[in-house]
Amino acid sequence: MIKRTLMAAAVAAALAAPGTASAVTDTEMKELREQVQQMKREYEQRIEALEQRLQQAEGRTQKAENAAAAAAGVAAKAEARSASAESAAVQANNHPSSEGAFNPAVSVILNGVYNNLSEDPARFRITGFAPTGGDVAPGKRGFSLGESELALAANVDQNFRGTLIATLQPDDRIGVEEATMQTLGLSHGLTLKAGRFFSSVGYLNEVHAHAWDFTDAPLANKAFLGGQLADDGVQLRWLAPTDSYFELGAEAGRGRSFPGSNRDKNGAGAANLFARLGGDIGTGAAWRLGLSNLRTTAQNRSYTDSNSLGIQVDNSFNGASRLWALDGVLKWAPNGNATETNLKLQGEYFRRNEDGNLTYDTAAVSAAGTRTGTLRSAQSGWYAQGVYQFMPMWRVGYRYDRLNSGSVNLGLVDSGTLSAADLPIYSRYNPTRNTLMFDYSPSEFSRLRLQFADDKSRLDASDKQVFLQYIMSLGAHGAHNF
Amino acid sequence: MKKIIVTLMAGLLWLLAQPASAALKVLACEPEWGALVQELAGDKASVTSATTALQDAHHIEARPSLIARARNADLVVCTGSELEIGWLPLLLRQSGNERIQPGQPGYLEASQLVPRLEIPKALDRALGDIHPEGNPHIQLDPHNIAKVAQVLGDRLVQLDPANAKAYQTRTAAFLARWDAAIKRWEAEAAPLKGLTMVVYHQNMSYLNAWLGMRAVGSLEPKPGVPPTAAHLAELVGRMQAAPAKVIVYVAYNNPQAAEFLSERTKIPAVMLPFTVGGSDRAQDLFGLFDDTLARLLAVAK
Repeated sequence: MIKRTLMAAAVAAALAAPGTASAVTDTEMKELREQVQQMKREYEQRIEALEQRLQQAEGRTQKAENAAAAAAGVAAKAEARSASAESAAVQANNHPSSEGAFNPAVSVILNGVYNNLSEDPARFRITGFAPTGGDVAPGKRGFSLGESELALAANVDQNFRGTLIATLQPDDRIGVEEATMQTLGLSHGLTLKAGRFFSSVGYLNEVHAHAWDFTDAPLANKAFLGGQLADDGVQLRWLAPTDSYFELGAEAGRGRSFPGSNRDKNGAGAANLFARLGGDIGTGAAWRLGLSNLRTTAQNRSYTDSNSLGIQVDNSFNGASRLWALDGVLKWAPNGNATETNLKLQGEYFRRNEDGNLTYDTAAVSAAGTRTGTLRSAQSGWYAQGVYQFMPMWRVGYRYDRLNSGSVNLGLVDSGTLSAADLPIYSRYNPTRNTLMFDYSPSEFSRLRLQFADDKSRLDASDKQVFLQYIMSLGAHGAHNF
Repeated sequence: MKKIIVTLMAGLLWLLAQPASAALKVLACEPEWGALVQELAGDKASVTSATTALQDAHHIEARPSLIARARNADLVVCTGSELEIGWLPLLLRQSGNERIQPGQPGYLEASQLVPRLEIPKALDRALGDIHPEGNPHIQLDPHNIAKVAQVLGDRLVQLDPANAKAYQTRTAAFLARWDAAIKRWEAEAAPLKGLTMVVYHQNMSYLNAWLGMRAVGSLEPKPGVPPTAAHLAELVGRMQAAPAKVIVYVAYNNPQAAEFLSERTKIPAVMLPFTVGGSDRAQDLFGLFDDTLARLLAVAK
């Protein structure tokens, strides 16, 4: 109806217009009239079409009516429904358009910590295990800013999603934690990801630090993955079309960081294969098991150690590193309703074999000079942890860490070229740690945490640690993996 | 090693070669949509719900079993309006299933089909866990269910044209029964008009708008923030001065806060099923409304 009135008004205005402008000629008038007539015809056709569609729609509701005993009311209701559906559409459409409308979702993680440590964090090392060069030491003593995160994410187009997560380090460095493009529903259960991403090795490695249940990474992740392994490469995952969850995946990367190293070679320096299985137990519990195998080839993967005379020497490893990781997680809540209470159990076991050459003192600063010999090692480590939310907002957690320095065969020591004291990092030792944590989360966007740990990573010292931490997330609502 | 790989590959091929089951696979985010699909599709679809009536749909995780179900689904029916923001986007992204991505016929957000209430004027997390697109708990107004049913019926036809006739017949029959039931409910619920209630969460708004009832307070100090002692104390004072008729909580809420307030103010506390499966009587959508009204009428008298 409104359209018709509008059209009539438009026609009237159009017809009236030439009257006021008396200078127009007869032919122009004729043309104008024809145009108006044409417009009128077009509008009438459209209205007819609309009316037809309306009648059809009514006809459909009429059919539906036949089934009902009370026939009269339904058509009216259907009309009311379509009217409110329209108003819903209007509701959805009332955002003004702007250049910023397609801005990616932005979120920021703020993180700060107060550390009270009985041992000097600058001298942190894990005895028995080659240093990784990663951020594995506890932070500075006293107050310090943790890592802040800035995340941008949006769908690129109908095929891809892009994510950038930048980290702002307390020492004013900016890093790229993750920068990925990922396919959106590639079909057949396939997902392809490329860029820099946390490798799917084990369970915790893929989880962002702000979503960890403890302030720091397990010792095993520190020793075998340099804290957290993010490689540059591609990942393909395939989800089996089965009723229970079964996923296979493969990654190829440059192997830019521990256990690999940057190297001047084409091809992939790291390859990871993983399989995952998961499901529910009743309505209350859900579980996931994973197995992964990471193979890397290191080239001049170097670290600094002090030899038997206390001289700082640089050593480097060349060779293959193979890491198996077995991980499991179980989450339980009464009736599966995690709002009041819930329990999360998690554990991972790592086993690493390295085979290659160790070069001692690459800069030749010691008396023995640069020497190279074989290195063959088999080492392992694991952790298990449980976190229990005993009332809304409050959780308590305990974690036990243990590493086994296993067997390390050093050609240089066996041949008598060097003594074991020249390579003290490979001392036989089984580091352990006990960690207790309490946290309080007033909402899903904020968390305050108190953590105590007795860290026996070093052969010669037991580090009593207290961490007081806040984690705040601002902006777009994040969704976390299971 | 070679043997293992060959066996694995053979296994994969076998998995891939499995014939897809004939029924349309539907994953509903909440039980009410699962029940609605069941009404409209009957045995033509196999329907599962990602959540139960005893779970708060705000706080679910994208657990492995849900990822597996999303991977195989032909249709995902959810409330939308960010109710499932913590897990649904992950499910869709990890599913590797193009059929259920937003914009595809296999993705339906029920709340987009109805006019939403309580669209916030200001977006600030200091106001609690608010939903920019309005209150997502649309299912307790039966007119909303009818609107969703019409679109859902068409969607089933579109996705599974071979069974179009069955979906059309069932949808028409359901709507006829539903409209009759709405008439009955509206007549029954006449005494509820003007009823005042204290809610647990802002999830009764559509029920209230439908029946002319009013929420005069909530146990949560802010949406999504669990009840606090200070807020409850304030509420006790307020309710002693101007008592509401009833305190309402739902099947997945901890009843403690409601009982605390009820004891101190002598206002009856009532558990409502909220969705299908929330009570013994709420075994389908009709039962959900029958039971909801019966429970409210019992205290309104």
